[in-house]
Amino acid sequence: MGILEEISENLQIGEDEKVAELTRQAIGKNISPREILDQGLLSGMNLIGERFKNHEIFLPDVLLSARAMYAGLDLLRPLMIQEGIPSVGKVVIGSVQGDLHDIGKNLVGIMLKGAGFEVVDLGNDVSPERFVETAIKENAGVVGMSALLTTTMPAMKTVVDLVKVKGLSHKIKTIIGGAPVSADYAHQIGADAYAFDATNAVEKVKALVGVS
Amino acid sequence: MMQPIVDVPVERTMPNSESVLQNLTNPQGMDSTQRTRSLLNQALNLYSSHSKPRGILKEINAGAFCEIYSGEDLNEKKTPLEKIYPCAENLALFAVTIGEKLCKKISDLFQSNDFALGYVLDAVGSAGVEKAADYLQRYYFDRLADLGRAKPEAGVQRYSPGYCGWHISGQRKLFAYLQPEEIGITLNPSYLMLPLKSISGVIAVGPAQIHNFREEFPFCNGCLEPSCRDRSRSIAEDKNGQ
Repeated sequence: MGILEEISENLQIGEDEKVAELTRQAIGKNISPREILDQGLLSGMNLIGERFKNHEIFLPDVLLSARAMYAGLDLLRPLMIQEGIPSVGKVVIGSVQGDLHDIGKNLVGIMLKGAGFEVVDLGNDVSPERFVETAIKENAGVVGMSALLTTTMPAMKTVVDLVKVKGLSHKIKTIIGGAPVSADYAHQIGADAYAFDATNAVEKVKALVGVS
Repeated sequence: MMQPIVDVPVERTMPNSESVLQNLTNPQGMDSTQRTRSLLNQALNLYSSHSKPRGILKEINAGAFCEIYSGEDLNEKKTPLEKIYPCAENLALFAVTIGEKLCKKISDLFQSNDFALGYVLDAVGSAGVEKAADYLQRYYFDRLADLGRAKPEAGVQRYSPGYCGWHISGQRKLFAYLQPEEIGITLNPSYLMLPLKSISGVIAVGPAQIHNFREEFPFCNGCLEPSCRDRSRSIAEDKNGQ
């Protein structure tokens, strides 16, 4: 078994220390960071994502793999920056103003990173202006918003409207999610997409940025 | 006089591991993995060492509750509670929390990339605060029974702003009356309680049939927490089991 395959296999069983060690070895063997990422880490995460989607494993299993993914990614990141390797895309995420629930938003961030996206996590209670200003500053293609309260949902519309007012609709796509939110609501406020869970969010964000 | 602040024994709020597992591992017919079980055990240990459940109760009469229930005039047009509370023999506002320490631990776990344990602990914390609310509900009923103010066959049920058509903005008046700040629960401008793992509402005690309502309200269809029936059942089973 090749080292990249070993990385993938260990990632799938959530062996974070082993993944870090193998990634270190792969770097030492002068395998390019892109190859390690694509054929080791992302390959493993994609398989895990598929198994989760097919109801073969549970979310905690996916999260253990995600931790292993991060262990490898932390070692690769400086090399990728050094070599100017671009990410799949950049996404700004956060829980909207007034909302302090962040588990769902965290899961989306973890899954997006696991799919190779660069994620700027603004945390919770994020003002509409901060979402948009950060997206502009970071040159992000997507803004993802989460709300768990009916009282905080209107803040999503404010963000969508702000993107439009600034004439950035063609550059910055918006996606929303959270327990009280629906596809109808997304349509109603003019958001570009709605995701019902974290794995669905990855699929929708990929579609928004044109990645298969 | 009803004691307003109740320290809930942690062991009485320990979530049932099988029911948490069921929530965590819902794919059809699958057994939980060994890893998930191991995470759950770790989370239960953390819950035991990090949670400090406390509750506050304050009795209220139907007239005063009517004012609180009207909230900011944002309730659904028809709600089950508007028919229930006038028929209740006893009403008490309540709030309960498992404390800030556990909520911070969950956040810290996510920060340190320990996502799986953080996620499982979050689920354990949610189940724990429900158990704490169950305890408070039972505590109130037992005190009423001791004082001869409730019959053993009485129906006991709790209702919370944000559910069953009671708009979440009702929290404002509920907090003003109950003052759960005394046990460390605060309200933000979006009516969100902090610590996050907190529950507030009203406990209604009266003839069991007052809690029976047909689930034909528009909001019942979209309800993500249809636990009202389960709670009624568990209370009935609990009483029958005594």
